Formats: sequence, C-alpha cells, structure tokens
Amino acid sequence: MKYVDEFRDRSVAEKLAAEIARQAAGENSYHFMEFCGGHTHAIFRYGVQDLMPANVHFVHGPGCPVCVLPVRRLDDAVELAERHGAILCSYGDMMRVPGTNRRSLIKAKAEGADIRMVYSTMDALKIARDNPQRQVVFFAIGFETTTPPTAVAVLQAQKEGLKNFSVFCNHVLTPAAIGHILDSEDFAPGGPARIDGFLGPSHVSAVIGSKPYEAAAAHYRKPVVICGFEPLDVMQSVLMLIRQIKEQRFEVENEYTRVVTRDGNLKAQALVAEVLELRPSFEWRGLGSVADSALRLRDKYSFFDAEKRFEISAKTSRETKSCECPAILRGVKKPTDCKLFGTVCTPDNPMGSCMVSSEGACAAYWTYGRFRNPDRAKEAILA
Amino acid sequence: MCLAIPAKVVSLDTSDATAMVSLEGIRKKISTALLDEVEIGDYVLVHVGYALNRLSEDEAQRTLDLMREGGLLAEELAEISEASQ
Ligand code: SF4
Repeated sequence: MKYVDEFRDRSVAEKLAAEIARQAAGENSYHFMEFCGGHTHAIFRYGVQDLMPANVHFVHGPGCPVCVLPVRRLDDAVELAERHGAILCSYGDMMRVPGTNRRSLIKAKAEGADIRMVYSTMDALKIARDNPQRQVVFFAIGFETTTPPTAVAVLQAQKEGLKNFSVFCNHVLTPAAIGHILDSEDFAPGGPARIDGFLGPSHVSAVIGSKPYEAAAAHYRKPVVICGFEPLDVMQSVLMLIRQIKEQRFEVENEYTRVVTRDGNLKAQALVAEVLELRPSFEWRGLGSVADSALRLRDKYSFFDAEKRFEISAKTSRETKSCECPAILRGVKKPTDCKLFGTVCTPDNPMGSCMVSSEGACAAYWTYGRFRNPDRAKEAILA
Repeated sequence: MCLAIPAKVVSLDTSDATAMVSLEGIRKKISTALLDEVEIGDYVLVHVGYALNRLSEDEAQRTLDLMREGGLLAEELAEISEASQ
C-alpha cells in the first residue's frame, strides 16, 4: 500500500479502494481492459493495481497509436523519404519505433533521409510552404484525437493550392478495435484475453463522444466506462464497471463528464467526415487485419494522398524476433512474459513499439513496475 | 501522444483560425479550427497544436496539477518546444 501515499486525495483513494473491495467480494473475478496508454501510465505511476482486491485485474489494451502501427507502414514511411526523396514529417513519438531490421525513423534520418519531427500538422504545412521544390509528406498516425488536425491540414493545403504536400494516412478507430478484441475467434495462439469490461478512452471520446461505444457494449454485453487519466478516475471507473456487471447492465457510462459528452466535438467530426472515409480493412500490430478500423483520404482529396502520389513498393516487413508486442497489445501477455524485457529491451534501446512511447505497456512496466520485482531489476541492471 | 494539455488563450487571430496560448509560461500558436467559438481568457484542451475542447478554469488547473505530479507535464512541454520549425 505504499503507493497510496502518492495520491493527492489519499482519503478518497482509500475510501474508493474499500468500496471496490466490498463490491467485488465474492466468487467472481474481474478483468478490465484499459484501452488508453494514458490509463496504463496512471495505473503504473500510482500503483493502482496494488489498491485493487486480488480478484480485480487490469488488462493492458492496444490504446497507444504508436504501438499498434504495423511495421510495414513504418517501413513504407521510410521508403517515402529514402526512395522518393520526400521530406517526411512525423510526430515525435514515432521517431524511435523500430521497423524491420530495427530501422527507425531516427536511424534513417541519421543515414541521410530527410525526416523531420513536427509537433503539429501546421508545422508540416509550413515546411511544405518553405520548400516548394520538395515533396513533403505528413506521416499521419493516431486515434480519433489526432485525426481532425490531419483533416484540417488537407483542407488548408487545398485552400492554399499547396501542390507538394501529401498525407500518408494511418489513422485508426477505437470502437472497431474494441469489437475486434471481443471477437475472440479471430485470435491466434495464446487464446482470447478474458475481458469483462473496458475503461474507455477519454481524450478520444472528447472528439467522438461516448455514443460510438454503445453498440459494442450492448452487442458484446461488456460495460464501457469512459475514464479520465488520473488515478482516482481509474478507481471510480472500476467501481462503476463492477456495479454494472453485478446489476447485469452493459452500457456506456461516462466517468469523465468534465470533458466528454455523448456527442463529442461535432465540428471536428464533420471535418473528418469531409476529408476521410473508412478503409474496408487495415492491419494493426497484434490484432491483424481489422475491418472498418481505419481511415483514408476520400477520392475527392486523392491529390493529397501520399499512397496515390507515390508508388510504394511491396516489401517483406518483420517484427523484431522474440518481441511480444503483438500478444501484449491483444491483452494475452504481459511485458514480463517477454524474454527481452528489461534485459535487451529498455526505453533507451527499444526492441519493440511498446517500449518506445511512455504510454506503451512495456515502457510503463519498466519505468514503474520493475522495482516491484527485485530479481528482474537486478537482472536488468547486470545485463 | 494521446494526451491533451489545458492552456489559456491569450490572443486570437480570426484571419487564419489560430490563437496564442500560454502553457506554463511557454507561448505557443495553436489552431482553433476545430472549435466554433473561442474567446480570449478561455481554457482549451490542446492536442498536437489544435484546441479540441473548451474546459473550465478549475478543471484546467486540476488537470495541470495532476499532470505535473505525474511527471507528464514536463514531457508534454518538452515535446511542444522541441519539435523543430
Ligand atoms: S519488452 Fe521490448 S521486445 Fe519485449 S514485448 Fe516489450 S517492446 Fe517488445
């Protein structure tokens, strides 16, 4: 219980923990998938798992956009810079993710490719304006939170007549992933993860609202609680999930009413709908091919589509051998099940995407979890 | 990458739907293209340079405190100021 000291509202945390224990008491065990890397981070930072009774477990989900991008798409992005000579603009999180043969954007950049880290799509547009003689590609990744800025950039490029700007679109959708995870039949070795409910994404829901999760909650009979990023939010949401299960309700509830509404940001949704459309299917690292789970540019805006502007070659892409990210992203393995964890693979020397972003499960385990297992910490230090 | 950070709007430029926000003393130009109405003094949730939502001053302060405590604030600010150009 030492972690409880770090809570700012210690008494509230203790009360919540007692109530969760009371409600969860009995034969049943509860497995809740936290969808967002932000939740994973909070759970580890504050040791929320340690405050749970023994029959309540967190399962880490695929909610880190950097983590779920398949190696192939990263290799394709490198190709855009290397073979086609484009200036590739990427969000910082993506820079260190290892691609095939552990080639990351940073490595490709060190070897001469023109790859630039941007904070915003506005920065990418500026680079395009400043370099009219060069092709500039924005490497668009992320869930629904990050999608509207991509749509705005395409509209802005069109307005300005920027002929050298295009988007390599890899935006993915959270409700589709939740449905897919629950369609356990699709699952490869390791078997389906047992999930009784979801802590739903908070900032994603600020954009799309809580409504898009309603169909999955009802269809799969799994409650979803939209949950903020602080530890008390996580605890409150766990309590709400347990209550729903005990009452046999399978609904979408919103714990994060401070920011999320049922409808979300309608203006942002309209801009996305104008520019982007569903892809029939898209490959996710760990989940494989998922129907209707990603977006691409509509035909109307195909001029700005890097996949149409450049010929991207077929290639064989490979995960780092022994990296368990795919199974971790499905919720069937934990980072400590990976033999590279903490020995060969650390945040300074990541072998897989889950160790790169601070929201990745392996990075969270490493940063906050390894100290709870002295043997492993020792192993890691000696390695 | 999924985190959004609260910031206070200090000036507006309606000609290109941008605003100047103040984030722990850092000034940053952001886009307001995703919001219908923004006013000087509003608190907005900023993600990758775009205001996603408005939020109350109390909630903004609370979120900032929590991010600071969780070590997330420094990370986000570094991301914002590091990114080139
Ligand atoms: S510890 Fe490293 S190699 Fe192992 S699953 Fe995580 S990211 Fe992959």
